[in-house]
Amino acid sequence: MQFLSPGDEILAKTATPKKAAPKGGATADEGFVLRSLQDAHAASPRFQASDDELLTFYEQMVLIRRFEEKAGQLYGLGLIGGFCHLYIGQEAVAVGLQSALDSQRDSVITGYRDHGHMLAYGIDPKVIMAELTGRGAGISKGKGGSMHMFSVDHKFYGGHGIVGAQVPLGAGLAFAHKYREDGGVCMAYFGDGAANQGQVYEAFNMAALWQLPIVFVVENNGYAMGTAVPRGSAETHFYRRGTAFRIPGMHVNGMDVLEVRAAAEVALAHVRAGKGPVLMELQTYRYRGHSMSDPAKYRTREEVQEMREKHDPIDAARAELIERGIAEDRIKEIDKRIRAVVGEAADFAENSPEPEMSELYTDVLVESY
Amino acid sequence: MGIELKMPALSPTMEEGTLAKWLVKEGDEVRSGDILAEIETDKATMEFEAVDEGVIGRILVPAGTENVKVGTVIAVIGEDGGEGEAHPQPLPQAGGESPAQGSPLPPAGGAGGGQVRPAPAPRAQDPVVPAGTNMKIVTVREALRDAMAEEMRRDSRVFVMGEEVAQYQGAYKVTQGLLDEFGPKRVIDTPITEYGFAGIGTGAAMGGLRPIVEFMTFNFAMQAIDHVINSAAKTNYMSGGQMRCPVVFRGPNGAASRVGAQHSQNYAPWYAAVPGLVVIAPYDAADAKGLLKAAIRSDDPVVFLENELIYGRSFELPELDDHVLPIGKARTMREGRDVTIVSYSIGVGLALEAAETLAGEGIEAEVLDLRTLRPLDREAVLVSLAKTNRLVIAEEGWPQCSIASEVMALCMEEGFDHLDAPVLRVCNEDVPLPYAANLERAALIDAGRIAAAVRKVCYR
Repeated sequence: MQFLSPGDEILAKTATPKKAAPKGGATADEGFVLRSLQDAHAASPRFQASDDELLTFYEQMVLIRRFEEKAGQLYGLGLIGGFCHLYIGQEAVAVGLQSALDSQRDSVITGYRDHGHMLAYGIDPKVIMAELTGRGAGISKGKGGSMHMFSVDHKFYGGHGIVGAQVPLGAGLAFAHKYREDGGVCMAYFGDGAANQGQVYEAFNMAALWQLPIVFVVENNGYAMGTAVPRGSAETHFYRRGTAFRIPGMHVNGMDVLEVRAAAEVALAHVRAGKGPVLMELQTYRYRGHSMSDPAKYRTREEVQEMREKHDPIDAARAELIERGIAEDRIKEIDKRIRAVVGEAADFAENSPEPEMSELYTDVLVESY
Repeated sequence: MGIELKMPALSPTMEEGTLAKWLVKEGDEVRSGDILAEIETDKATMEFEAVDEGVIGRILVPAGTENVKVGTVIAVIGEDGGEGEAHPQPLPQAGGESPAQGSPLPPAGGAGGGQVRPAPAPRAQDPVVPAGTNMKIVTVREALRDAMAEEMRRDSRVFVMGEEVAQYQGAYKVTQGLLDEFGPKRVIDTPITEYGFAGIGTGAAMGGLRPIVEFMTFNFAMQAIDHVINSAAKTNYMSGGQMRCPVVFRGPNGAASRVGAQHSQNYAPWYAAVPGLVVIAPYDAADAKGLLKAAIRSDDPVVFLENELIYGRSFELPELDDHVLPIGKARTMREGRDVTIVSYSIGVGLALEAAETLAGEGIEAEVLDLRTLRPLDREAVLVSLAKTNRLVIAEEGWPQCSIASEVMALCMEEGFDHLDAPVLRVCNEDVPLPYAANLERAALIDAGRIAAAVRKVCYR
């Protein structure tokens, strides 16, 4: 696990011009400092959460963890088919970031590892689980599956199965926010693997060129499927990847929900002020394989255990709650409630009927011609 | 009762596996995340993790057992069940179907599915042009521009983006004047990054706008075809009808003139193969305008295929306040009793030229312009075939897996009894388009070849 060390920044810092280029080309170079937002984050790295706020974050993270464990179990039982990518280990990222959004106006888009982002945006676990089991009551009527879920009502725009596609799509959502002047921001998630796709940089260029209100979030969980970051990425510091487009970068500990939340506030303040996109790299880790059918032989059991035992975001939040003097019973009550919610979602997902056969032909086109 | 641990499915295709090794024994206490066993599938050895907590009660399938079916109970955790946290086992489905196996699919082909397929909507007709309407002569280029301008005046959500659409006034001048009228917020020059801006346009449509994405030519849209198909065409279906994507992708398609293989290709069959898209390829100015306006108003993603060689041709266009034509309907360009020539886009002009020649030989050809390639107006083709009993398809494009092959399949499947001769297709030669003038001419369809095919099906 590699977190930011001060030496990492020498290259980027010295590359920052001190004054405008003498003539020709862009003259606004003074305005761009890669670390401008990182410094603000470093000055106040952790969000000052009230007890209630921390309890809420804890509850949301536990919901994602238990939901994903249950999904893994249902997959094993054959109730979930196809591909199923679990978010276990990365919970603090979605919860920390999305808790800083305004769900009335801000949009969220992500790739195929999407269950956690949906739960963090308040979408009913029952309809998500029922989608996983391919039932008519699923959020996509059973026609999308794990990788293709959407909730326009919740401003959650997918759920996209093509690696990196959500990045220009997210820039398009941001374009729509700006065009309509609705004050909204798009949060577009992608992984360290998707970060090497060409279309990501096409989107960076246009988002910066047009000052679109978007936060690009690289969830760096260390592995693009089975390829460790240094084996697939020439520049492993993803937050620097916006430098060529004058997009400020932030490198954030994605295993601490309060650090994530604090960083989100810095990024959102920048974007909401009309200053264009921000690129956040969230250092995180997935405990499970890339998908359910991944034997995960590209890393050691010890590495996973080390992360689970020493850096788990839920254990950390729990410890912090206890340190604050929150009664253990109160925490246990949350655990119990979440188990019940997830159990209910699983029951619903198992017992709902499959889609009506007529659904085969619906929703292909909106209109009749 | 305890919690039954079942042989898990560890991949989308796994039906059975080998229980290679137990890493726990009876009486061990396990926590969520502990590795219980190693299971070998046909692809790999996988670790089987505990989800529930408790004490391993019994191990029912010993290590080394092969061909253990998915779902077989391999061990039991706890026997008291006191925590009450184990979720109940799946209830039997009504009708006795195993949910994992799913319901039987309808029989292949359209016939079986027809039982639940919704009835088609009543056929729309082209609106009648009132008598006395002034007919104006305009180029296809102007008609397309006017369509966009009128829709942009009508709906503030409509905007145009693409390479050189604004300050340059359009690489082929189709967007001429739009920047002056609508300003840079709604007429947007993009960098030369088709994949990126096609994605941005698609995302903006998902976000509630009505983008018109211009590709300088559809050859460059190959860079962006992932967003056209995977992002735009499939989203409404994959979201169970929640998420609309009302975007228009438009630009010139097909061979231009002497620009070589990479800049000369007809993509109509590619896009027309994809459910979830509307594909339109007009010929004349009236259709270009009326159908582009309809495309912009449609709630579905539309691929609108123009042709550079007809941008400058002039046609009559009725001067109406709001000239909108129905999508999905072919147009009879010329009536005839002896044979039907089906075509679209630039091929329609060649078909009309051939029909003129043939008329001099006593063959009255009916010329049908498909106009929309998806949904295809099957009925119009079959009605004309039933009238003439002979059919030729002319397509400026390759023969294999073409619109022509699709129309031929339709005639075989649904029009066989009306055929007095085999259906013939007239397509480009099956080669990348060459540069040399003589070779290019030889590779592309022309009126002479269409007329020759018609004589053949008429046994003349």
